[in-house]
Amino acid sequence: MSTITRPSRAPDATGWDVERIRQDFPALHQQVHGKPLVYLDNAATTQKPQAVIDALTAYYTRDNANIHRGVHLLSERATDAYESARRRIQRHLNAASPREIVFVRQATEAINLVAASFGRKAVGAGDEIVISAIEHHANIVPWQMLCEEKGARLKVVPVDDRGDLIMDEYARLLGPRTRLVAITQVSNALGTVTPIEEIIRLARRENIPVLLDGAQAAPHQAVDVRALDCDFFVFSGHKTYGPTGIGVLYGKEAWLERMPPYQGGGDMIKMVTFEKTTYNDLPYKFEAGTPHIAGAIGLATALDYMAGLGLDRIAAWEHELLEYGTELLQAVPGVRLIGTARRKAAVLSFVLDGVHPHDVGTILDHEGVAVRAGHHCAMPVMDRFGVPATVRASLGLYNTPAELETLATAVRTAREIISG
Amino acid sequence: MSELRELYQQVILDHNRKPRNFRVLEGANRRAEGYNPLCGDQITLYLNVEDGVIKDAAFQGKGCAISKASASLMTAGVIGKRVDEADALFQSVHAMLTSDSSHGDSTGDGVGKLAVFSGVREFPSRIKCAVLPWHTLRAALSGAAAPVSTE
Repeated sequence: MSTITRPSRAPDATGWDVERIRQDFPALHQQVHGKPLVYLDNAATTQKPQAVIDALTAYYTRDNANIHRGVHLLSERATDAYESARRRIQRHLNAASPREIVFVRQATEAINLVAASFGRKAVGAGDEIVISAIEHHANIVPWQMLCEEKGARLKVVPVDDRGDLIMDEYARLLGPRTRLVAITQVSNALGTVTPIEEIIRLARRENIPVLLDGAQAAPHQAVDVRALDCDFFVFSGHKTYGPTGIGVLYGKEAWLERMPPYQGGGDMIKMVTFEKTTYNDLPYKFEAGTPHIAGAIGLATALDYMAGLGLDRIAAWEHELLEYGTELLQAVPGVRLIGTARRKAAVLSFVLDGVHPHDVGTILDHEGVAVRAGHHCAMPVMDRFGVPATVRASLGLYNTPAELETLATAVRTAREIISG
Repeated sequence: MSELRELYQQVILDHNRKPRNFRVLEGANRRAEGYNPLCGDQITLYLNVEDGVIKDAAFQGKGCAISKASASLMTAGVIGKRVDEADALFQSVHAMLTSDSSHGDSTGDGVGKLAVFSGVREFPSRIKCAVLPWHTLRAALSGAAAPVSTE
């Protein structure tokens, strides 16, 4: 135990003051079952800073109106706020143009949009889509549905026992029939950080477009879609300290221009007659119906908040926490970490010998510790590692070393209660 | 902690560690699969029903302490019972697990040893774990003459 180094809770040389940051998140300051809440379910959804809550309230209190159609002042204000949120997200991702930023409900809808639209256009019988063995169901099922409809085939990059992609196999799976590579940047179940630069480089050599599932990456690090040179990037607002019900699809303009609309309705049209409809320009072609205006504004506020703290500093703090939590859990008798990739982000997935993850989850909850117990919408990952479920503690920028100590103690308690 | 002790009573922990009737029942004439897609609990229940009486019951599967103990105690509880008696027991257990404890009713009267599960209702997310074996029992019983081999 003496080898464990506890990250300092005091403001460090870079000015990271986690106690002050925690003051920005009202939901963290409550008791559950008589214990202070230790929120370690950030990969499911993050808590929201006051700034985001205030932005939603301000929008509904002052500016609420429909966008892109009113001649009145409130509609102009709502439209301005919505479109400036789009430009904020464009800057966050370093996209070339706001036309490349499509608002959706969450990463799941963004992937479904690409599967339905790009897939309809570019994928045919005998074609192949390459995914990996550590994808969330949201980056499996839409492609399965597409393959079934088109008679295409799903190819799966395997992982090794640590949870790293086997890159030789990836290279072998790319071929003349590969129409798209769709791979996660960070695994939600294991925390594996995939080698996306290499994934993109190899695909690019064969002129194969790449979709990155950034749902678990965007909360933890800066993203530069132009430096990465990915074709699509998707993420969810609610995992990046923003509201639920809002997410983003980034797509290279050249692809989005060629793709047919996803849904039909208002805002995605220029002209409608019963004979023919002319679709709107990008990105509106993909935004049928009144969008989640407040959500978009709240998401932009959340990204401002993260940028204010510094994305690199968030990543550095979470990395310290991850290393500390890994050591603490490895010191608990009976704990086996699932997912020990060379590069990991913010996820501690584990099983406890003789104790089912759901019993661990219930006992942790009674100690105030909120984790997820289950298959994490990644059942093929569970199969690969031969477990029905895991306990997953997932970290956010406001977590503390003391909270990880509470987690480790609670896991010991779970073993005592169940195994005696 | 006291609520936790109510949930994880010694009887439950004992049945979790050493589940009774945890085997494949050779010659079973009823069989059903139970699965909880949310948590991955999975149970295969085997029954041998003759002349309307459950002569033997056994189970296999993976699950949490609550679901495993529930299956263990359930199989022990229904062996030797008529099908209608087992059904009545299901109703009593179900009522015990899902009733609002603040009303003080349905504290587990008539369920015998199964009253150890009364603490589960304080844990809404775990009720389904306790109920899963019972729904599987119902499926097996209503499977009527469906022979095991057709599964």
